[in-house]
Amino acid sequence: MGIEGTVEVGKDIRQIPGTPVFITPLDKLFNWARAGSLWPLTFGLACCAIEMMATGASHFDLDRFGIIFRASPRQADVIIIAGTVTKKMAPMVRRVYDQMPEPKYVIAMGSCACSGGIFRTYSVVQGADEFLPVDVYIPGCPPRPEALIYGLVQLQEKIKKESGRWGFWR
Amino acid sequence: MSLYVEVVKNGNGKSESEYFTINMGPHHPSTHGVLRLVLELDGETIVKCDPRIGYLHRGVEKLAEHLNYNQTIVLSDRLDYIASAANNIAFCLAFEKLLGITPPRRARLIRTIVNEMARISSHLLWLATHALDIGAMTVFLYCFRDREWLLSIFEKVCGARLTHSYVRVGGVRLDFTQEIIDELRRFTEEFPQRILDYETLIDVNRIWLKRTRGVAVVDAETAINLGLTGPVLRGSGVPYDVRKFRPYDAYDEVEFEVPVGERGDTYDRYKVRMKELHQSNWIIKQCLDKLKEVEGEPVLAEGAPDLLLPSRIREPEPKPHPKKGFIFTGKELPVVPPGEAFASIESPKGELAVYVVSDGGPNPWRLRIRTPSFVHISAIPELAKGHMIADLVAIIGTLDVVLGDCDR
Amino acid sequence: MGLLEIAMDFLAELREKFSKVVLEVLEKDALTIVCQREGSLELISYLKEKGFKHLIDLCGVDYQGYKSEKKPERFEVVYHLYNLDEKKLIRVKVPIPENDAWQYSVTGLWKTANWFERECYDMFGIVFKGHPDLRRLLMPEDWEGYPLRKDYPLFLTEENEWKGYKEFLESVRGAK
Repeated sequence: MGIEGTVEVGKDIRQIPGTPVFITPLDKLFNWARAGSLWPLTFGLACCAIEMMATGASHFDLDRFGIIFRASPRQADVIIIAGTVTKKMAPMVRRVYDQMPEPKYVIAMGSCACSGGIFRTYSVVQGADEFLPVDVYIPGCPPRPEALIYGLVQLQEKIKKESGRWGFWR
Repeated sequence: MSLYVEVVKNGNGKSESEYFTINMGPHHPSTHGVLRLVLELDGETIVKCDPRIGYLHRGVEKLAEHLNYNQTIVLSDRLDYIASAANNIAFCLAFEKLLGITPPRRARLIRTIVNEMARISSHLLWLATHALDIGAMTVFLYCFRDREWLLSIFEKVCGARLTHSYVRVGGVRLDFTQEIIDELRRFTEEFPQRILDYETLIDVNRIWLKRTRGVAVVDAETAINLGLTGPVLRGSGVPYDVRKFRPYDAYDEVEFEVPVGERGDTYDRYKVRMKELHQSNWIIKQCLDKLKEVEGEPVLAEGAPDLLLPSRIREPEPKPHPKKGFIFTGKELPVVPPGEAFASIESPKGELAVYVVSDGGPNPWRLRIRTPSFVHISAIPELAKGHMIADLVAIIGTLDVVLGDCDR
Repeated sequence: MGLLEIAMDFLAELREKFSKVVLEVLEKDALTIVCQREGSLELISYLKEKGFKHLIDLCGVDYQGYKSEKKPERFEVVYHLYNLDEKKLIRVKVPIPENDAWQYSVTGLWKTANWFERECYDMFGIVFKGHPDLRRLLMPEDWEGYPLRKDYPLFLTEENEWKGYKEFLESVRGAK
């Protein structure tokens, strides 16, 4: 048969039409599946949560990217930290992050999650990266829904570049 | 959602009920923010409820003591982030009382319009999340559709969708263009039909009635004692509305009614807010008509933006010197006269009051913000006694709490 | 806002009943009564009976370093009361000394004062006698210091950081 009879369904991912048979490097297959259906955890803390909800509503639909918001951390892939993280709340964020199964990603949405924002006070953590490994930073106060979608697409690009993140080495 | 269950047995081992202590943690799927409730349950009924807040405490009051008066308006947006324009108005009223200036008529009309637009968008978000918690998911999408329209008008007005900083001391930042006025007029014409759309979905729905009739009934005396204000108080029959009792901006020029409920349960509060949507629409229409009379007037008071700059004002003025630049003699004048001021507005959630103390410097000495959500969350233990956990979700929804407002 | 509308005889009655308590009566943007700590509770209950049933706000102010006026004590507790029938606003200020920072609690009169007083204690350290459950509200339970006082820093450096957060960071990043 060779590669001529196959159809390209994603970049470097070829499917024999009519059958569930794919001819692709395993890395690219996993990356394609993970990027195409990112399920975020609803973790809205402050004002950015409202923009996250607006992005999920019908005007700037997120469902067309395969993104469905899940309430439980055990079923989520990515945690979007939207809003100010305070020192009282930080252990809870870490606990929820630890409950997520691998592979997991972190998006820091908004200036407060990136670096503390305008709140340089006694009770605000200056950025979520003080205790979490952040993958994508989306600045803005609050970032527009288009900015959040751009950040999510950047995360998808980052996922598609990964290699070897499957099996035992997740 | 992390559950922490502990069975507490009675000490003497008799067969009395055993209360579960359950923690409804700061991260829970409803969208009201980071509120933690420690519940003591007898089966499914709530015996005691202890709200723990502070998970979004950002130190706004302390930060305001280190910023200029103009910079605190940016902070005020982030308090009740759903209706930011209303918070700006409360701060500006207090600072204008300190300075003793009044904004021009056009600015007051524009402020009223922006206040009512914020009220409509806040009530739409309230309806969306309240209905989503109770189970009606379509209402969420419908309300967000209208809210997007309002937010796009806000973007034309001041450039930002959510955190505006549009209302400034002495007036507003920029004038309305003709395009904005036309778009607002189109909005006011189409909006009443949309409200009818939402009402047909849930008004006489059996599930909605069962979940909201008779839940968290508050009578008038208890409501005033608990400090409730806004639609929550008006649902119990008390017609207290700051726009009528202590009018500010252009509210003494426009006509509107204050809807009042009868029984004081969740369903009455829902009806009060739906009727307020109609009234807000009417107020915007009247203000748009009155704007034509004050065409071309300024929107900021005399010298307004410079009144609060932190530059050192000296009397007499510094004299220029060829080598040193300027010679500074004379005494420093206060930027804002020392004293105190109290101003309160009818924000969509309740009564938002600002108490500011000044000592003549460029920063406020003490900025106290009395927010309605703080008081409403303190009333949850009283309202939730004897209800079940599912009703607790409806109660938090009907009180319309925003945690940024509560924790500051 | 016509402050002279507040009847002169109401003020005269107030001064007569509470002559030892009331220190001064000012007319700024609202009628302000400055009164002593002893007897402030009776004054406020009297005002509540007269119709000032709505407690809008209860807060504390720290006047350390206040330049423009000579204040008798360091702290002050400010009450804002509103009369719904006659539409009048009144402000009651009670000076509180620094080394003896306590005040009578009004939770017996208004249930809403419960959380206002807890926040005042949390931010300033003023203890309210008669409060049923005085503990920290906004800050974590084991926080040290009272944030809104003037000698408390705005931003905490590594030395005076809250130990709960230090322990959390060590557990996440690993001890140095």
